[in-house]
Amino acid sequence: MYLKGKKVIALGERDSIAGEAIAAVARSAGADVVLTRTECFV
Amino acid sequence: MDLDNQALVKSLADQYGTDDLVIVLGAIDQDGIEITVETVTNGDPSYIGPLAGVQLGLQVAHVFEDDVKAQADPDVYREQVGFAELSFDAAAVREAIRAARQAIQAPAGDALG
Repeated sequence: MYLKGKKVIALGERDSIAGEAIAAVARSAGADVVLTRTECFV
Repeated sequence: MDLDNQALVKSLADQYGTDDLVIVLGAIDQDGIEITVETVTNGDPSYIGPLAGVQLGLQVAHVFEDDVKAQADPDVYREQVGFAELSFDAAAVREAIRAARQAIQAPAGDALG
């Protein structure tokens, strides 16, 4: 899946990979991150 | 996938269209991955969220997938994800996302079998 130029929704989880980390990775691949969320399941 | 996030995803799909909109996941549990993939492709399986009955057909990747890692800046990837990739069972996560995508693409008859 090619990420460069795509609109990316970074959907992380508090207990694994946070959305902010995913967003940083996606941006470094040339993606346009349009939403960053970190879900929390309790 | 919580209801707030379903609403946000739906709104962004309306705004940008679905062709160039990609979701990159960070969940590590198989059930969570399966449900999220189903929700953003075929609709909310619980039929209670904003994506109930909404087939967005979005592409879904996982940050642990080799394809994603290969496109990222290696320093950024190592800093942001490297420790987690070593801490969790990344191979199991990669298999879970692959299986979830395959299940969505399979004809309904296959899913029942």
